[in-house]
Amino acid sequence: MITRITRLGRRGCDLVEALGRAGMFLGQSLVGRPSGEGVKLWLRQMHFIGVLSLAIILVSGLFIGMVLALQGYTILVDFGAEDALGQMVSLSLLRELAPVVAALLFAGRAGSALTAEIGLMKATEQLSSMEMIGVDPLKRVVAPRLWAGFVSLPLLTVGFSVIGIWGGHLVGVEWLGVYEGSYWGNMQASVDFVDDIGNGMLKSLVFALVVTWIAVFQGYDLVPTSEGISRATTRTVVYSSLAVLGLDFVLTALMFGEMG
Amino acid sequence: MDDSPLVVVEGLRFSRGDREIFRGVDMTIPRGKITAIMGPSGSGKTTLLKLIGGQLTPDAGRVMIDGEDIHAQSRKKLFTLRRRMGMLFQSGALFSDLSVFENVAFPLRVHTDLPEAMIRDVVLMKLEAVGLRGARELMPAELSGGMARRVALARALALDPELIFYDEPFVGQDPISMGVLVQLIRRVNDALGLTAVVVSHDIKETLSIADYVYVIADGKVMAHGTPESLNVDQDPRVSQFMHGEPDGPVPFHYPADDFHKDMLNAGVKR
Ligand SMILES: Nc1ncnc2c1ncn2[C@@H]1O[C@H](COP(=O)(O)OP(=O)(O)OP(=O)(O)O)[C@@H](O)[C@H]1O
Ligand SMILES: [Mg+2]
Repeated sequence: MITRITRLGRRGCDLVEALGRAGMFLGQSLVGRPSGEGVKLWLRQMHFIGVLSLAIILVSGLFIGMVLALQGYTILVDFGAEDALGQMVSLSLLRELAPVVAALLFAGRAGSALTAEIGLMKATEQLSSMEMIGVDPLKRVVAPRLWAGFVSLPLLTVGFSVIGIWGGHLVGVEWLGVYEGSYWGNMQASVDFVDDIGNGMLKSLVFALVVTWIAVFQGYDLVPTSEGISRATTRTVVYSSLAVLGLDFVLTALMFGEMG
Repeated sequence: MDDSPLVVVEGLRFSRGDREIFRGVDMTIPRGKITAIMGPSGSGKTTLLKLIGGQLTPDAGRVMIDGEDIHAQSRKKLFTLRRRMGMLFQSGALFSDLSVFENVAFPLRVHTDLPEAMIRDVVLMKLEAVGLRGARELMPAELSGGMARRVALARALALDPELIFYDEPFVGQDPISMGVLVQLIRRVNDALGLTAVVVSHDIKETLSIADYVYVIADGKVMAHGTPESLNVDQDPRVSQFMHGEPDGPVPFHYPADDFHKDMLNAGVKR
């Protein structure tokens, strides 16, 4: 019993310590003025993190939009409300599905790759040798990846929403025969720029910060062995998914809770 | 030339987990000389270099580099101080996403404003010195272990650092490149007046270039002196090490239980 309590206490201390390290890590990486070289490194990472995740995000967005339209239609048609299909598809995507699903896919596709890449650089002493050359790896390796993650996930989320809405149109209008004017018209009438698009983007920005931070920190902080790398990669995906889903609930409650 | 020592290590203590690696190490590394650090495998030579380079923090004691305590610097000052150092890592530690040429050019690109043509000249010169000018387009994954180490040496020398650490520079080299490297290390020292610290097990080669030698064992400096004085040292531990004898007072094994008892315990505990 006593040992259990001590173990719990130690776990707690470890957790607080890890959070502190992660916070210091984030601060030290992001503080500092940008340089021309930094922009070049950032663009390179935008390619690896953002552009290369585009395919999986767009394909998933398309299918999710199509499924939403199909499911929505079968329910709405019972009430003769299939004209509201555009509204349903767009609101579900903008408020909820695009930010959340894009973030989960991003954690699996880009987050795990970030962890493994940085972890391998650590295990092969590339980070140490960079330090000894007098270059701070937090600035050179970590910062461009963090910024690239912060910027690319919100952009990917926009892509996800747009193609999802188009997928809904494909199924709803082209296939199931919902009137085209009402699909777009109802959507325009009901989507609010700040409440829906703005809040959705805000969510996605928060997810981008959290997922990228977790991924990069797990890579930087891991035990430099092959087992350590595999564990850290798994942790990245698990922690970021849980963080995204948990935060989504909190943010939704704050944003849409009193809208009624 | 200023003849105060470049590096002073005082009362250094360091542990990894429960294992005490250093129990009070004192050392001075004179300017413009080659100092060798020798000792049994696992005695903490690599760890000592990392402590001197400020990558690890000691539990007690301090490391002064040119009068500045390296562990008391801000992160920014620390990185400025490190520009004056070069380190050849035991594993080479080349950047795996850059070609051989770009690896050697890296320190020049980040710390100087040299025009491209000049960078090219310097890089090719350094690669020529380690015999790998022809391998400049290869990626690190395409190099053999010995080649990677020589590229890493060229990279460590790229900026002609004031203080350079070589961690096992001779490992994995054939006799010819070994001879070339020995001469190279001696030559850059004589020509540029660099201060070098060489960690190595190759006693003959190391003694031939070192001006001063420290032998560490058991977390302490066991002996130090010029190569000549160590060679004739009467201390049995020193002579065992210097002449490479398996039996003697210096343990070859990592600390462990008695071997016979351990074997009899089979299946009971690990
Ligand atoms: N990352 C680490 N974590 C825990 N212990 C370590 C770590 N690195 C080294 N050690 C321990 O520290 C001791 C000293 O290691 P170090 O690498 O400094 O030895 P060394 O003298 O350079 O040996 P070698 O000549 O084989 O390179 C070893 O006993 C090793 O077990
Ligand atoms: Mg070593």
